Amino acid sequence: MISWRAIAAATLFAAAPALLAGEIPPDARRSGYVFMGPDTRAMQDDDTSNPGMLFVLDGEQLWAKKTGSADRACADCHGDARSSMKGVAARYPAFDKALGRPVTLDQRINLCRANHQQATPLPYESRDLLALSAFIAHQSRGTAITAGDDPQAKPFVEQGRALYMQREGQLNLACTNCHDDNFDKRLAGAPITQAQPTGYPLYRLEWQTLGSLERRLRSCMTGVRAQAYDYGSPELVALELYLMSRARGLPMETPAVRP
Amino acid sequence: MVASLAFALPGRADERPPYKIVGDGIPASLTGSPGDAARGRALMLARTTTCILCHSGPFPETRFQGDLAPDLTGTGNRWSVSQLRLRLVDASRFNPDTIMPSYYRNDGLVRVGRNFAGKPILSAAEIEDIVAFLATLRD
Ligand code: HEC
Ligand code: HEC
Repeated sequence: MISWRAIAAATLFAAAPALLAGEIPPDARRSGYVFMGPDTRAMQDDDTSNPGMLFVLDGEQLWAKKTGSADRACADCHGDARSSMKGVAARYPAFDKALGRPVTLDQRINLCRANHQQATPLPYESRDLLALSAFIAHQSRGTAITAGDDPQAKPFVEQGRALYMQREGQLNLACTNCHDDNFDKRLAGAPITQAQPTGYPLYRLEWQTLGSLERRLRSCMTGVRAQAYDYGSPELVALELYLMSRARGLPMETPAVRP
Repeated sequence: MVASLAFALPGRADERPPYKIVGDGIPASLTGSPGDAARGRALMLARTTTCILCHSGPFPETRFQGDLAPDLTGTGNRWSVSQLRLRLVDASRFNPDTIMPSYYRNDGLVRVGRNFAGKPILSAAEIEDIVAFLATLRD
């Protein structure tokens, strides 16, 4: 006899988005935070010792600063970021209808500069761009990630997934080989995490500065001796989108701290 | 299965001499002479050689060892020199899905970084040194 419970379970199962082979089920997804030692966790948890907070404070000033030939500040259009930017970063990269492709938060900031402030774009990894994106993403701290839910983003999520599964470089390794098949293990003594993009931009002790998710992806590519994709390239945006969709439901942590 | 196969390889012969697979190994030295086990040990410990990113072994002097792959202690009891040589040249012949890189391969890879394009990870001489060292690893 089939109980109603079994039917309910079967319905639930059918309704949940199907997991693809090798993917980490939602209840097993863990932020890089969980893999760190107590000292690094404490540094992230305490805003007064988290070095990323200095960038957030810089970003708050930039938010209110008039710039470009339009002489307008972000705040002139968006008001108080605490309400207007709450949850926004948890949806990025987001599909841009005018461009017909997803854009990252960094790219959105530069689109606003170009279109609404008549200002020059901020270079990738520049202090001002990192500060603004840290400030904006900080408004989503604790918000569950939903990036990639937009049906129009789906083909780009798929493109990112294919790149994630693709072996590359002289060492011939794919992201999935380390981050799906071998998290919890150690690469030359360093813990391998699930590559969850929850904390970006984040402060990396090894970098001694804040860095973007793209910077991290490029260093993993260089690590396998592959030619890293350029900042802002469609491939990096697709990978970023796939990683965010793969982290669905995890809370944002920006600015995180990592070893 | 591992087939008997001879490879005619492009490139400068002194950099990457061809090899011949016999059964499940490569019986002949890639350089024509035996490797140096002491040099092989030093190479294994060098980060750029990449072995101990994944493996651990009898290397008490370093904490930086991986655990993605079997510990190499006792390797010389488990594998012949011929098998070890093929393992380093092309581990995918033992396991097509292995994550262990093919150290002598120099083509057919995706997006290899500019500095590495067209080159194997290790030279014939480096592989011979490491094989010589691995063969000494007996319990
Ligand atoms: C050979 C193993 C390996 C491969 C292959 C690899 N990574 Fe990593 N990755 C690491 C290690 C080690 C770290 C640093 C510790 C950590 O956060 O996992 C890392 C860190 C990361 C992080 C940061 C996680 C955090 O909490 O901040 C992301 C995201 C990431 N990798 C994505 C990728 C992507 C995308 C690819 C493929 C383009 C890739 N990695 C390929 C080993 C690898
Ligand atoms: C990215 C990971 C990785 C790297 C780097 C790597 N290996 Fe391996 N190795 C493996 C795995 C995984 C196995 C287990 C069998 C398999 O999957 O092929 C293995 C198996 C072996 C074995 C057989 C061990 C046994 O007892 O069965 C030897 C010997 C070996 N590797 C030597 C080396 C040497 C020497 C290097 C460096 C020149 C190296 N490996 C680099 C992943 C790696």
